[in-house]
Amino acid sequence: MSAIFIMIGASLLLAIGFLIAFIWSVRSNQYEDDYTPSVRILFDNTTPQDNKQETNNKTSKTK
Amino acid sequence: MKKELTDIKTKTLCYHCGEDCDHNVIVSQDKHFCCQGCKTVYEIINKNDLCSYYDMEQAPGINQKHRIREGKFDFLDDTQIIKKLTHFQDDTHQHVIFYLPQMHCASCIWILEHLNKINPGIIKSQVNFVKKEVTVIYNYHETSLKKVAEALTLIGYEPHISLNDVSSSKVKKYDTTSIVKIGIAGFCFGNIMMLSFPEYFSLAKADEVGLKTWFSYLNLLLSLPVFFYSASEFFISGYKGLRQKFLNIDAPIALAVLITFGRSVYEILSGTGAGYLDSMSGIVFFMLIGRYFQNRTYQTISFDRDFKSYFPLGVSVIDANGIEKQISVSELKVGDRIKIHNDEIVPADAILFLGKGTIDYSFVTGESLPVEKSIGEIVYAGGKQTSGAIELEVVKEVSQSYLTQLWNNEAFKENKEEVKISFIHRISRYFTYVLFTIALSAAIYWSINDPSKIWGAVTAVLIVACPCALLLSATFTNGNMIRILNKYKLYVKNASVIEQMSEIDTIVFDKTGTITEQGKSEISFQGEGLSGEQSQLIRSLANQSNHPLSKSVVSFLPFTKMLNVKNYKEFKGFGTSATIHDHFVKMGSSDFVLGKDTNQLVSGSRVYVSIDEAFVGYFIVKNSYRQGLKNIVSSLGSQFDLKILSGDNASEEAFLKSVFGNKSEMLFEQKPEDKLNFIKGLQNNNKKILMIGDGLNDAGALKQSNVGIAISDDTNNFSPACDAVLSGKNFMLLKELINYCRRQKTIIFASFVLSILYNIVGLSIAVQGNMQPVIAAILMPISSISIVLLTTGLSSFYELNLKKSIPDQSHDQK
Repeated sequence: MSAIFIMIGASLLLAIGFLIAFIWSVRSNQYEDDYTPSVRILFDNTTPQDNKQETNNKTSKTK
Repeated sequence: MKKELTDIKTKTLCYHCGEDCDHNVIVSQDKHFCCQGCKTVYEIINKNDLCSYYDMEQAPGINQKHRIREGKFDFLDDTQIIKKLTHFQDDTHQHVIFYLPQMHCASCIWILEHLNKINPGIIKSQVNFVKKEVTVIYNYHETSLKKVAEALTLIGYEPHISLNDVSSSKVKKYDTTSIVKIGIAGFCFGNIMMLSFPEYFSLAKADEVGLKTWFSYLNLLLSLPVFFYSASEFFISGYKGLRQKFLNIDAPIALAVLITFGRSVYEILSGTGAGYLDSMSGIVFFMLIGRYFQNRTYQTISFDRDFKSYFPLGVSVIDANGIEKQISVSELKVGDRIKIHNDEIVPADAILFLGKGTIDYSFVTGESLPVEKSIGEIVYAGGKQTSGAIELEVVKEVSQSYLTQLWNNEAFKENKEEVKISFIHRISRYFTYVLFTIALSAAIYWSINDPSKIWGAVTAVLIVACPCALLLSATFTNGNMIRILNKYKLYVKNASVIEQMSEIDTIVFDKTGTITEQGKSEISFQGEGLSGEQSQLIRSLANQSNHPLSKSVVSFLPFTKMLNVKNYKEFKGFGTSATIHDHFVKMGSSDFVLGKDTNQLVSGSRVYVSIDEAFVGYFIVKNSYRQGLKNIVSSLGSQFDLKILSGDNASEEAFLKSVFGNKSEMLFEQKPEDKLNFIKGLQNNNKKILMIGDGLNDAGALKQSNVGIAISDDTNNFSPACDAVLSGKNFMLLKELINYCRRQKTIIFASFVLSILYNIVGLSIAVQGNMQPVIAAILMPISSISIVLLTTGLSSFYELNLKKSIPDQSHDQK
């Protein structure tokens, strides 16, 4: 039964870890815009730096 | 592959913006465009390999019929302005946020996040679609703020930069504390509940090993952040209210939280019980959620705009040597010579110096037709030049001008919400009195029968009967109603607007842009009918003039080739004449064309036409009223007093009388201050007023009235200070929307009755002085959740009435 003292303590610490993660995510403005990221994730996976050759292939396909 | 956008019947739709190409289709690379601008944008996008833009949505572009003049953004080279607009700068990078009202689809997001293909100096661009903003990070050694703005303009997203962007010191920060507070309260609530399980089920085994004590101390620890951090706003607001001798709803809530916490700490430390910490953190958690839900109003509309966001940031100034230079509007001084291009706004009161002024004041004064100004006349700030470039000399600084004076009126200084006390606070006051009476009688009863139970009974009464149910029902009802109203394109500023709306008894309409449609006029021809040749002659003559009436005539007549015009003459205030293909064509006022003044009261403006001195007929140009106006007016008229306040002249009075009836008061040629004072006068007679307007000239009246609704055909456009913005398309729904807001009180009362039932059960246990924590722990969440369900359910149920009226509207439009 005494194990429960440690278990409860550990579980609480773990939960506090999640709470801190939540607070961090709020503070870093991750909830500021809840629409754009959902669209952005569907874009082709190219970063502005390396998409030169990628889109070249694509234009031949589009038109 | 993309579907062909050409409609088989007759319409050719623009590949870029999707608009009907009318008569002049421009074809480039087998694609159709409605104008040169759209084609240019397409070519730029194509050249930079960004054609996926067109794959995501059909014709996502922004119509480019109005091209932006070159050099418009020259003022962005000014270091002072750069400093004010950018919000971060290091050795190489600058960060700037642009507001792009044109943003509307996934394609927009895509192209705006690939800006660096158009301008390689741009390092990163990130879109916030909800706010319609793009954050651009660029290397200012390679490019400049001006070039970034031009790159955006080039692809059709002209950034909206107004005087407001530099005068307001800080960007409104996104509020994270309320979410953190909810998170912490929720976390503690859940864990406290879990740790209270042995207590709830009276587990004997747990008792033996001291588990209960260990748990209750943990609970105490967990409740500290709830009490001191999450619940702090109730204490602060309750204290503030008491200091102003006003008992608001937060005061009894703070008292309940305080007593619950105090009693729980005492029980735990003295080892006499487990306390009610689970109930306390639960209440706080639910109430914070309710508040958050209620405050989550529509983000993209800012309601506190003043003239500053209507005015441009930069203006061209011509110095002594005749050189044009861009400076910030706030630096304009009396005596400066400014140049205003077509479609630009005059930023300060000024005298016309050069060129022909055709100033559109419709937004500022409510006059529906542009006013012609000749050299030497004064042009007031806020007017929009519509016929080519003009030069003016500034006579008053921006902050001193005729228009901006309105904002010095006291109506703009007081804060509406503070003056008006919500009925929720009034109910909560009665509630508090009743509660104290019950607690007192319980105390008296037990002091006679069993004095040891006084303390327990009194605190239990205050814990159970916390007015949080009232707060919950109000916040969840309001939150859900705001959400539903948004769906019907009525965007309210805050929850108190709903309550104000339910109390109104008088509706005051502005005319121009409110009951008429902005920028549209209805035109008809009276006469024996025009032959094809006559129509061609008239159209060719009208095409020569920039007068708004001529322009409406041109767009009214069927499309024909323009003929050669000789001996063109324009007589200001009268009309025009010219010889076309050996025919002498005259058009203008009756005085000018017929030689006599048909001095009769007529509705609308008339344009008389004669060909070879023979009278042909006349055009009537009338304001185009919103569709279904008659229906909405007659249905509103049975319920409210209707009045009209117009800045325009009385030419439409006869027609308006026929729609509104003779009972309705109508005032014309009202200045902004007149409108404000008229509303004030009505309010002094105890009228509750809903003002519906659209322009800057209504700003004072909107602010002064109990509820000010700004009508906007495009919610991205500027709308003045108001309590709510209604989309012009849903103007028909006005009555249903008002009646929907009236349901607010019904819903809140219904859920309040429910919470009283819970309270009776809870109190009957509490006064007996033996309330188990488990009962409190069950009663509290059940009552909270059922109230949330009841309020959201009822407010969605009443939405059905709104839904029903929608098919009627779509019918109307056909």
